[in-house]
Amino acid sequence: MGLTRDHALELLHQMVRIRRLEEKAAELYSAGKIRGFLHLYIGEEAVAVGAMSALRPDEAVVATYREHGHALVRGLSATAVLAEMYGKVSGCSRGRGGSMHFFCPEARFYGGNAIVGGGFPLAVGLALADKMQGRRRVTACFFGDGATDEGEFCESMNLAALWKLPVLFLCENNQYSMGTALARHAADVELTHRPMAFGIPAEKVDGMDVVAVERAVRYEAESVREQGTPRFLEMVTYRYRAHSMYDAELYRDKAEVAEWKERDPIALFVARATEAELIEDADVDAIEQEVAAEVARAVEEAEAAEWETLEDLTRNVVAREVP
Amino acid sequence: MSTASYREAVRAAMRKALRDDPRVFLMGEDVGRYGGAFAVSKGLLEELGPDRIRDTPLSESGFVGAGIGAALGGMRPIVEVMTVNFSLLCLDQIVNNAATLRHMSGGQVNVPVLIRMATGAGKQVAAQHSHSFENWYASVPGLKVLAAGTVQDAYDMVLAGLEDPDPVVLFETMVLYNMEGELDEEASSLDVWHARVRREGSDVSLITYGSSLPKTLKAAELLAIDGIVAEVLDLRSLRPLDTEAIVRTVSKTHRAVIVDETYRSGSLAAEVCARIGENAFYELDAPVERVCTVEVPIPYPKHLEDAALPQPERIAEAAKRTLQRGG
Repeated sequence: MGLTRDHALELLHQMVRIRRLEEKAAELYSAGKIRGFLHLYIGEEAVAVGAMSALRPDEAVVATYREHGHALVRGLSATAVLAEMYGKVSGCSRGRGGSMHFFCPEARFYGGNAIVGGGFPLAVGLALADKMQGRRRVTACFFGDGATDEGEFCESMNLAALWKLPVLFLCENNQYSMGTALARHAADVELTHRPMAFGIPAEKVDGMDVVAVERAVRYEAESVREQGTPRFLEMVTYRYRAHSMYDAELYRDKAEVAEWKERDPIALFVARATEAELIEDADVDAIEQEVAAEVARAVEEAEAAEWETLEDLTRNVVAREVP
Repeated sequence: MSTASYREAVRAAMRKALRDDPRVFLMGEDVGRYGGAFAVSKGLLEELGPDRIRDTPLSESGFVGAGIGAALGGMRPIVEVMTVNFSLLCLDQIVNNAATLRHMSGGQVNVPVLIRMATGAGKQVAAQHSHSFENWYASVPGLKVLAAGTVQDAYDMVLAGLEDPDPVVLFETMVLYNMEGELDEEASSLDVWHARVRREGSDVSLITYGSSLPKTLKAAELLAIDGIVAEVLDLRSLRPLDTEAIVRTVSKTHRAVIVDETYRSGSLAAEVCARIGENAFYELDAPVERVCTVEVPIPYPKHLEDAALPQPERIAEAAKRTLQRGG
C-alpha cells in the first residue's frame, strides 16, 4: 500500500472519528439536542481524510454545508464541532452558525458554506490574496456534484484559470444533487469535462479509497503549488445516510445503497491494511475505544457548555459599530 | 481646496488608497484598459499596473465573491460593480457571504471589502439600467451602506469604506459623475457615517441622500422664492441610518418630506418615515410626505422617465402640502 504503519493508523483513526461523531450527532438530533439542518458525511469519509492529509496546515480550505468531517480532520476538536451543532457558545462559531457553518481561521478553515456554489468565488479570492501577497500555497475548494451546475462554478473556473490562481477544485461526487441523481441533473455526467473547457487539468479518483484519494490530492496539490495554476479532481463517492434529517430517500433504491456499502471506505481500508500487515484487529479496537471516549467527552462538554446570553443577540453583526 | 468632478473625486480617493496601501486593489468590469464604464478609473491601469487594476470577465457573482475571499485573505479590495442593476447578479455573494460571514463565524473573520456601484436613472437607458435599490442593501444586517451626494463625500466615502473593517456598499450616482464641486483632500474626513444638514431651514425638513440631493437642494431654492425656508438633510449613511439627525431636524421644523429615488413601496423613504413615526410623532404638525419613484419600470422616453422620478417641482409641491395641512 506504500504506507507506514503510523500513517495507516492515522488515516483509520480520522475516518472512524468522523463516522462515530456523526452517528452520535444523528442520535442527538433524534433526541432534539441538535436542530435545524444536519447533513451527514457517513460513507464519504475517505474523501475528507485523504484530501486533508495531503494539504499543508497553512493552506486554506473552503467547504460545504456537509463539512463536519473536513473540520474534524482539519484539527477542530470534537467538542468544538459538537458544541456548535448544539448552538452553544463554546462551539467553533460561538454557536451562531450551527452544523452548516463551522469556521476556524487558525486552521484556515473558511466554512461551512450553505449556499451551493457560494464557496467557489471565496476560494478564488483567497487564492488571489495569496498570489498578490507572494505566498505559494493551495486554496482547497470542496463542493459536490450538484454545485457544478451553478453559474458560479463556471465563473470561478474561468477566473481562476484566467488569472492563474492556485485553487484546487475538489469535487465530491456523491451521485446526488440532494435527491436528483447525476444523470438527471447533468447533461454530461463526465464532470471532468467541465473544467477542461477552461483549460483546467482534471482527474478522477475512487473516493471510497482513502489511499488513492490522498495520493491523488498530494499530486494535484503539489502541481498547483509548483505551477500556481488551478486544477480539478473529482472524487467519486457515496452518501450512505439521507441528504439531511428530513429526507425520506424516495429517490434511490435500497439495493443501490447496499451495493455502495459493500465498498465502505472504512471496511475497505481495514481489510487492505490488515492484509498488508500494517494493522491488526487490536489496532481497530484500540481506535474504536479511543474515539468512543473522545465522542463521549465531546457530548459531555457540549451538554455542560453555556448558552450565549440574550444580551449578546446582536453581537458580531459588524466588526465596528458606528458611534 | 479645489474644484473637481464627482468622477475625479472617486478616482483621486482610489488612487490615494492604492498608493498608500499595497493591500488595496481594484477589480471590476472594464475598470482597466477601458478606463471604467463611467471613466472613473481612467489612467489607473497605466499608473498602477494590471496586478492592482484588474479587468474582470462579466461574472458579477464570481468577482464580487472573489473580492470577499481576497478580503478574508488579508487584502483590501475595491470591487466595482458597473451598476446596481448588475449587482442583482451578485446579490447572493453580498447578502449571503459578505454580510453574514462575521456573524456566522462567531466574530472570527471580517470582510473588509468596498463594493462600489453606480445607481439611479435619468439617462434614458430604460428599465434594466435605471433601478435604484439602495433600500434593499440598507435592509441587510452585516452591511454598511453609503451614498455619496457631493463631490467631497465621493472622495471621503471611498477612503472611509476602505478603512472600515466591515463590508461597505458605496452608491455613486450615475447622473452625478460630471457634477463639479469643491474637493479638499487635506480636510478629508472618515466620518461619513452621520447625516449632515446641507441647507439650514425652519419651515420644513427635506430628507434625502445621494442621487436626489441636488434635486432636493434645487427644490429648496424653489421654495425660497415663495418664502418657505426648507432645511435639507443629507442622510449619507443608509445603514446605519442616523435616526438622531432625522429626529433633530423634524423636531426643529415639525414637517418632513422624504425624497428618495427607490420605488415608493418599501422604499428607503418608508423606513425614514417609520423612524419619524416611532421617534418624533408628537413633533409633527403635518403628515409626512414621500417623493419617490413612481411604481413603473423606468420608461425609455425622456418625458415619461422625468415624470417617473423625483423632480424639484414635485418635491416643492410636497413641501407645500405639508405646510397647508399643518396646524
